[in-house]
Amino acid sequence: MLIKKPADIRFSEITPKSLYLNRRKFLAGAAVLGGAAAVSARFGKLISPAITASANNKISGIQKSSFSTTETITPYKDVTNYNNYYEFSTDKYEPAGLAKDFRTRPWKVTVDGLVSKKQELDVDTIIKMASPEERIYRHRCVEGWSIVVPWVGFSLSELIKRAQPLSKAKFMEFTTIYDPKQMPGQRERVLDWPYVEGLRMDEAMHPLALLCFGMYGEDLPNQDGAPLRIVVPWKYGFKSAKAIVRIRFTDKQPLNTWNKMAPDEYGFYSNVNPNVDHPRWSQATERRLGEFRKRPTLMFNGYDQVASLYSGMDLRKNF
Amino acid sequence: MPVRWFKPVVFLACLGPLARLGWKAYSNALGANPIEVITHSTGDWTLIFLLVTLAITPLRKLTGQPWLIRFRRMFGLFAFFYVTLHFLTYIWLDKFFDVHAMLKDIEKRKFITVGFTGFLLLIPLAFTSTSGWIRRLGGKRWQGLHRLIYFAAIAGVIHYWWLVKADIHKPLEYAVVLGVLLGYRIVVWVIPRFSSRKMPPVRTAGLEASRG
Repeated sequence: MLIKKPADIRFSEITPKSLYLNRRKFLAGAAVLGGAAAVSARFGKLISPAITASANNKISGIQKSSFSTTETITPYKDVTNYNNYYEFSTDKYEPAGLAKDFRTRPWKVTVDGLVSKKQELDVDTIIKMASPEERIYRHRCVEGWSIVVPWVGFSLSELIKRAQPLSKAKFMEFTTIYDPKQMPGQRERVLDWPYVEGLRMDEAMHPLALLCFGMYGEDLPNQDGAPLRIVVPWKYGFKSAKAIVRIRFTDKQPLNTWNKMAPDEYGFYSNVNPNVDHPRWSQATERRLGEFRKRPTLMFNGYDQVASLYSGMDLRKNF
Repeated sequence: MPVRWFKPVVFLACLGPLARLGWKAYSNALGANPIEVITHSTGDWTLIFLLVTLAITPLRKLTGQPWLIRFRRMFGLFAFFYVTLHFLTYIWLDKFFDVHAMLKDIEKRKFITVGFTGFLLLIPLAFTSTSGWIRRLGGKRWQGLHRLIYFAAIAGVIHYWWLVKADIHKPLEYAVVLGVLLGYRIVVWVIPRFSSRKMPPVRTAGLEASRG
């Protein structure tokens, strides 16, 4: 019998109605089948994955996007339990637990630098700037693994237009929150905190570049960068900064954290490129989580429409 | 200490890490990237068994428990067992027997070059681990050959160090333990030579013969 201790149950963990109804249906079926063993064995399988999947609020009014891939979406449990999020831990299996109580409200984002109006915006104001879209993107980590994620957000350009950058602004810089009290990984200088990432203005304006606050139709889980992150699908994952508190417009190329840490290994551009190896490993193939065989890595992670941004550039030098 | 009785227990315990991996694989509990877990786990256990093997001699000397030596070969062979699994994971699940890609890796990637070297160094040690081979080679020569384990262990730690992206905590832990274990040997080697300059020559034959 499945008996939950009431003291341990969180509001967010209470089984949603639809599942509850499923369960009734299931129980009826099980009764017909009979056998207590069968019940207990199958009961757990049916219920447990769904509970973890319902921890966050649903986002309403999500529109589909023509940018979405039709490839198989990586299971939610993998995307939420395998995270490179050094602010919490360098162990990919740990952020899920360590970020559980991370506070994402209230949350302010400073928009400054070369803009006509410097301001501090509430994250909920930003989220309401445009209507949410689902963008199913391939996501390729510099380490050689990849996932397919149904992100929710809208083009970063929506925010840029509203921020009204000056014509001198050539780059954008994104800064992740620095809060070692909440982020145990920041208590050690594994990286030079706070985490900084950057994009060239035309990259940031590209419609594929996503300002993201959700995934799988729900609010972004903490371990995936809540409450606000960017997703730049044609670049290695580390370019997509998480938990952003500052967006700065600048005329100089920002020094992104990994580039600062190991300039010969992680460049500013870091476009997915099977022909340019990381000095310590090949980037020609990748392991899509859930697949046994490795698959070839595609130029710009398969987003050829960004190629024109780099025409005439030596991508071996500007890696 | 009933070593004869104790040995099978230790043997089974050494298979524990593999059994745990097997069980997790069977019950689908290896997480989002199972092959990465298998690669890291077999690599970790290789280093652990190398360090345990290297710890036997100092422990035996410092605690005066001569029976410990009877476990050294087993631990050494388990290090070889886990490094073989580690290597098989690489050639099968990472490279899918693509020899060309493997050779390129070994040539171009420092951490693979050094890791592969460490693996090669362990092969003759595993091969000559039997009593028959000790006899055939003669104690001194056999011992000389088996000092290769020092270099294999150093190669293993460097392999790990060069692999990590930013967080060197774990390779550093292995490096410190290895440093202590090799440091012990240097001290044991240096002291009699250093003191012999001032004092009458010390007979070190006993030490030499049993140094591991």
